[in-house]
Amino acid sequence: MNQPANSAIIMRSVNKWYGQFHVLRDINLDVKKGERIVICGPSGSGKSTMIRCINRLEEHQQGDIIVDGIPLTTNLKNIDDVRREVGMVFQHFNLFPHLTVLENCTLAPIWVRKEPKAKAEETAMKYLKRVKIPEQALKYPGQLSGGQQQRVAIARALCMNPKIMLFDEPTSALDPEMIKEVLDVMVDLAEGGMTMLCVTHEMAFARQVANRVIFMDQGQIVEENEPNEFFSKPKSPRTKMFLEQILH
Amino acid sequence: MTLAYVRTEDAPKRPPPATTAGTWARLRDQFAPTPLSGLATIVIAALLAWTAWTIIHWALISAVWSAPDREACNAVGAGACWPFVKAKALQWVYGFYPIEERWRANLVFLLGGISLLGLLVPQIPLKGLNALFFFLIYPVLTFYLLRGDHFGLVRVDTDQWGGLLVTLIVALTGIVASMPIGILLALGRRSKMPVVRSLSTAFIEIVRGVPLVTVLFMASVMFPLFMPPGVNPDKLLKALIGVALFSAAYMAETVRGGLQAIPKGQYEASMAVGLSYWRMMLLIIMPQALKVVIPGIVNSFISLFKDTSLVSIIGIFDLFNMVQSGFNDAKWASAQTGNTGYFVLGLVYWAFCFAMSRYSQFIERRLNTGHKR
Repeated sequence: MNQPANSAIIMRSVNKWYGQFHVLRDINLDVKKGERIVICGPSGSGKSTMIRCINRLEEHQQGDIIVDGIPLTTNLKNIDDVRREVGMVFQHFNLFPHLTVLENCTLAPIWVRKEPKAKAEETAMKYLKRVKIPEQALKYPGQLSGGQQQRVAIARALCMNPKIMLFDEPTSALDPEMIKEVLDVMVDLAEGGMTMLCVTHEMAFARQVANRVIFMDQGQIVEENEPNEFFSKPKSPRTKMFLEQILH
Repeated sequence: MTLAYVRTEDAPKRPPPATTAGTWARLRDQFAPTPLSGLATIVIAALLAWTAWTIIHWALISAVWSAPDREACNAVGAGACWPFVKAKALQWVYGFYPIEERWRANLVFLLGGISLLGLLVPQIPLKGLNALFFFLIYPVLTFYLLRGDHFGLVRVDTDQWGGLLVTLIVALTGIVASMPIGILLALGRRSKMPVVRSLSTAFIEIVRGVPLVTVLFMASVMFPLFMPPGVNPDKLLKALIGVALFSAAYMAETVRGGLQAIPKGQYEASMAVGLSYWRMMLLIIMPQALKVVIPGIVNSFISLFKDTSLVSIIGIFDLFNMVQSGFNDAKWASAQTGNTGYFVLGLVYWAFCFAMSRYSQFIERRLNTGHKR
């Protein structure tokens, strides 16, 4: 399959099952370079599974996924190549608790990109400054608050210089007063032109930065629109119901 | 409207109270909170005191301290027979290793001791070089030093090695070899590849289901039957392999326990930043998994150390066998010889095991980065 030059991710007729459960049903999605996409939907709708297929944390069983021109197949080399280009931020941060913040950030550049330690540390400090916690570099993740940990996780992903960033409910595990500090970093990232896919229910964030909002339900993309239209004139009744529930 | 329970001004911040009760009250709480437990305290204290006194009386007060032979130890009411220990101590350390060649064993002890100290004390630098020496060069060096036959050293065959020397060789080899083999088996048992998984599981379950004595017997008696005539590997070597594989099976299960304690998110985060399987295991998963199971690992090491005494069954004169064989010496056989020998044996094994236990607690505290995920 050929792909236009400005395309970051292409998903064609992607299907996935967990046992008998059809979790992704015929997903078609095109993401252009520099696009910011927010994905929402009720729990169990397949949002996380879909973005986890993009860096092969989950394996799709049918269809094609092409990331930055690299088709995701069982070819391990391709999977490695894709993972170098795609950064991911998780709901539960998943920092490495036995390593300091700085080591968390330099580990992959040193071992995967073979960067010299000094250069990796320089890059890491640059991104830790960008997420506004350079002073925590020598602490362990367990000594930081949830919001700080999530910002470190974002810095860790950025240290690999990814072309695409995936966010899997990055603020869902945070105390309310810490959500803003993480969203601020994400907004900053969006303004820098990063290609982003965010699974999130932060609708203010969606309005502020998203090019498109995608609504998923029962393993399908049910609706897709630019944010203002999406929130003011939802087309599908399922979207309407969902929005009513979360927007009060 | 003002509510009685809503503060209109800040409550003062105060220091905590000194103690809720005095020393006397605390002592009473611990030892005699009720008359019955007070009675229990007295009974247990009396038992402990009696036991301690019996041991002290036997080992020190009524002990025989110097005698040329068994005569004094055989007297009625005599306690520990220390002259026996003094006469045999060197043999317990070196076995039948020729006296004029013992410096070779001493050198092995010294090099091993220094290198091990360098590895165990965190402040000592050059860990990498030291590890290279201890795990790769030192075993080879030990073999050539002790066995000789090269570099102008007289050949001393392994059946002359003995005592603490052999106990330490078996224990250290077992400990050092069981760790990597155990880790590989644990990973194998959790592998997605069916063949690797079945083979690992089969090995672990078979070896764990068999007593060490059986493994040693198989290695020493039955194994040569399956070999072509004339091929009969060294007895000590067979024991070393047997002990290492045996403890590897236990180690594998301990490590697997640690692997199961690591949340899935750690694997996902490692994969998402592009780490390969082996890098992920080496850099992210194992350091955490092994830390969780330090108590289990040290438990295995301690069992292994004591289990080395079973090699005496296939005729290797380790510390245990060496001490025991001294009981039959006509010069020293007395009522108290055996008691004294076993007492010293117990102390020596306990000292090594207790040291391992304390060191593991130190390491656990040191590796604690003050968090749970």
